[in-house]
Amino acid sequence: MNGRRTATLKPVGPTRRAVLVSGGLGLGALLAGCAIGGGPNSAATPLAASSSTGPLQGEIRALFMKQAGYSEDDINSMLASFTAKNPAVKVVPEFVSYEALHDKIVAAAPAGTYDVVLIDVIWPAEFGTKGIVADVTALWPADWKTGMLDGAVRTPEYDGKEYGVPWILDSKYFFYNTAHLQKAGVDAGALDTWDGVLDAARSIKKAGVVKYPLIWSWQQAEALICDYTQLLGAFGGSFFDSAGKPAFNNAEGLATLEFMRKTLQDGLSNPASTQSLEEDVRKIFSAGQASMALNWTYMYGLANDPKQSQVGGKVKALQTPAGPKGRPGVNGSMALSITGSSKNQQAAWALISHLTSQEVQNKYAISSLPCWRTSFDDPAVVKTNPEVVPQAKKQLADLIVRPAVTQYNQVSQVLQAEIQKALSGDKSSQKALDDAAAQTASLVG
Amino acid sequence: MSAVALGPILLLAKASVSPATELMDPGYHWLPSSWSLSRYGAILTGSSSGSDVAGAFRQAMINSLQVAGATTVISVVVGALGGYAFARLRFRFRRLSLLTFLTIYMIPPIALVIPIYLALAALGMLDTKIGLAITYCSIVTPFTIWTMSNYFTSLPGDLEEAAQVDGCTRLGAFVRVILPLAAPGLFTTAMFGFLLAWDEFLYALIFTSSSNSKTIPVAIAEFTGKYSSDFGLIAAGGVLAAVPPVLLALAFQRYVVGGLTSGSVKG
Amino acid sequence: MTVDAQPRRHPRRRESPGRRGEWRLAVALLLPAAVVVFGVVLYPVARTLISSFYAVNSPLPGSYPFIGLDNYTKVFSDPRFYPVLGHTLYFTLVSTALELILGILVALLLNSGLRWPWLWRSIVVLPWALPTIVNASLWRWVFNGQYGPLNGMLSSLGIISEPIQWLGQPFLALNAVIAADVWKNTSIVVFFILAGLQTVPDEIYEASALDGAGRWQRFRRITLPLIAPSIAVVLILRTIEAFKVFDIIYVMTGGGPASGTQTIAFFTYQQAFSNQLYGYGSALAYLIVLAIFALAMVYLRMLRQEQLAGVQ
Repeated sequence: MNGRRTATLKPVGPTRRAVLVSGGLGLGALLAGCAIGGGPNSAATPLAASSSTGPLQGEIRALFMKQAGYSEDDINSMLASFTAKNPAVKVVPEFVSYEALHDKIVAAAPAGTYDVVLIDVIWPAEFGTKGIVADVTALWPADWKTGMLDGAVRTPEYDGKEYGVPWILDSKYFFYNTAHLQKAGVDAGALDTWDGVLDAARSIKKAGVVKYPLIWSWQQAEALICDYTQLLGAFGGSFFDSAGKPAFNNAEGLATLEFMRKTLQDGLSNPASTQSLEEDVRKIFSAGQASMALNWTYMYGLANDPKQSQVGGKVKALQTPAGPKGRPGVNGSMALSITGSSKNQQAAWALISHLTSQEVQNKYAISSLPCWRTSFDDPAVVKTNPEVVPQAKKQLADLIVRPAVTQYNQVSQVLQAEIQKALSGDKSSQKALDDAAAQTASLVG
Repeated sequence: MSAVALGPILLLAKASVSPATELMDPGYHWLPSSWSLSRYGAILTGSSSGSDVAGAFRQAMINSLQVAGATTVISVVVGALGGYAFARLRFRFRRLSLLTFLTIYMIPPIALVIPIYLALAALGMLDTKIGLAITYCSIVTPFTIWTMSNYFTSLPGDLEEAAQVDGCTRLGAFVRVILPLAAPGLFTTAMFGFLLAWDEFLYALIFTSSSNSKTIPVAIAEFTGKYSSDFGLIAAGGVLAAVPPVLLALAFQRYVVGGLTSGSVKG
Repeated sequence: MTVDAQPRRHPRRRESPGRRGEWRLAVALLLPAAVVVFGVVLYPVARTLISSFYAVNSPLPGSYPFIGLDNYTKVFSDPRFYPVLGHTLYFTLVSTALELILGILVALLLNSGLRWPWLWRSIVVLPWALPTIVNASLWRWVFNGQYGPLNGMLSSLGIISEPIQWLGQPFLALNAVIAADVWKNTSIVVFFILAGLQTVPDEIYEASALDGAGRWQRFRRITLPLIAPSIAVVLILRTIEAFKVFDIIYVMTGGGPASGTQTIAFFTYQQAFSNQLYGYGSALAYLIVLAIFALAMVYLRMLRQEQLAGVQ
């Protein structure tokens, strides 16, 4: 690159553009500085129960998710019934894919675009402490805590405060292929414990019914942690001990990871598991290439649908098998929250109360199971999915949550990376967990 | 060569018409056992209200065309002017300013998402095609300036002088002599710029909310639910989404490979 | 700030050929570009640059401690950074090299007077026309260990007996992602080189053929130097794009397996968005810019672009 300058140039003075640029840079710096250096820290100030009783009015924008739980049509009907009761309120819904949900909430937070947002169970800690969603503990009626299932109540909870209201409950159930079991002479009752599941898998493999009886969603993503959590609960482990230090590298945590690794090593689990998400699990199971799998409620309908599956009619769902210490399901639920920057919190709360009410949830139970205890005994609800509802009633009452820490995403990334290394044989399980614990400890501080 | 290029495309086309059950079957099917155009039907004729993801695709296609089209036109024109300045004129800070433009192009979009979001929100331009187009122009223009400046540089330096000797003004020389010669570079740049805007995913995802401005990449991403996805539908969407760029390339290729008119290059 | 929708300005007609004439012309020609680019980008760039000097961990405005260059030094002491950098460099170098070589070969082929040139060009255009996320989904499906058609084809042709876990092993997965990227982007390289080839007049080829030069010699001595500018452009652009690669990783592998396909832009996304560490994420982003800048300078030096240095 030649640095030669034409020597005859007479300096003309700063270019117009240079002035523009430096002026703009200065202005930008000023603005940016204001945004960052000054201003109060907007941690969540708890919302107080509103004392005004006037009619609700104004506009609220709500962010929902597409294609999961309730369909868009369902939600629009729910909104219509809300606006019928509160004609002065206008609700503007928006639907995005799950991946976009977190990013949109974060990007929109400083701009105050939304009043109501749907959040995942792993976000209250992160969003609540940063004031992105509001603390609504004071607004919760007392009977909700007893009226809703335990797992539901814990969904929007962090540090003893409620940052939303549970809405879409979900956990991972144990699905199996009746035809495969029959061919291998295995009784479904054996699937009540993980040991029984392994025995069943061995029989199925030996009988040559299928090469890899088990398939899991162990790709390096949140799905991996969901499975690990559910198994951890079965083995009686925990993520943090009572002092707040990482505890997943203790004996129970190790047993969990070893359980996972051994199934791969023994050829009981499909090696493709480490690149599979829930959707891949469904596809492989539905192609008859696996006999047993853990997956969310949604898989039941699709796996039994002859247009989407080759094993339609042969699929059953059970509560997750029991390990030595228990059988909690992983909490994969979602909750509705009021944003910290909402200007119409009263109307937002009214909307949320309406959407999460037992009446509304029962009506659309076919799309997503309600959060209320008594709903599961309601014949109309049971009728929507007679196979799954009884199992759900048992499982949703006993859910284990992933670590409720503000840096959850980082902790999850660390765990995902280390667990994958152990599963691929790169590191011993103990070392992987120890490394993860060390990194987690420095993150959580 | 064409097998390599065509192969995956054919796989995609086949996937879009295969039944969902076959897409998950490890046994290989050279031809689908039963095929249907139902996915295309859903996409092309479904209602464009929000509840039907496939129907919303049509509106997304229109949005994409408008946004990418506007971005390309503005960026290419602006870039051609700027590129010409860098290539042919000598002025202070010339190299510095060219490098500055290129450096802007080097910034990963993730870094700027939130501030741009705030700015668009403040201006009321969220979820509008204009907002998206303006943002894209700022991404595509550095690219077009850089490409065009290199292209102009590669043209022989005496062309304008020759034209001016013949009585053209500087502007006239630019329009009548340089531009036609630079046509291949111009149209290649336009094509690539169009696709940069057409393909852009992150900004579209964050800045758009409704069918007012959702573009194709976002629409296709929404075919995937929280856990569920029908690859066949994505494939069908992909095939349809590829049509405008292909048509564009076909239309432009005449200009891209239009040869050098032999009279203009003096020895 | 509204963008001037009529960017075509008439350059001022100064008949005097002095410096001032060029100067004002230059500014007039460049003003639209400056407005379009800096009008949008200036505030965000300033803001993220400033964020990178603070410990910012939330999108909301607030008072964050000023930590100077700590975010930048933290990057270098982060053990996850080096593998990520390694993957990025490998990805960039290999994919750019492959795209360049394949692109030149195909461009030469297309330029050599085939029958029905429009047909071949259309075929070459197809991969480029597919949206990136569809491309990524496509290859994720093709490479799937259990139900992917690649394994399906290979085993039905009897080439393999066990399905290969293309995306199941870190290094293999990285190469699979490279394959997907190269497949899509070679087309654009072809077209750039093809456009460059058009500036080589046929007479030169004829003259050298008459002189008895062989095909390889003709390529090396004549074609290559003449398309060198096109190569330079493409090289720099593809390098920048490859370093910034995000969409394809996001859809195809999400950074796995075992963090094997984590590239630096994806890592930055995780830090800035998933973990809301904006200060750290911004520092990473500007380090990326510096790295690309350094690479670009290396190229420019290597190719000795004297035209750009102002020698006419």
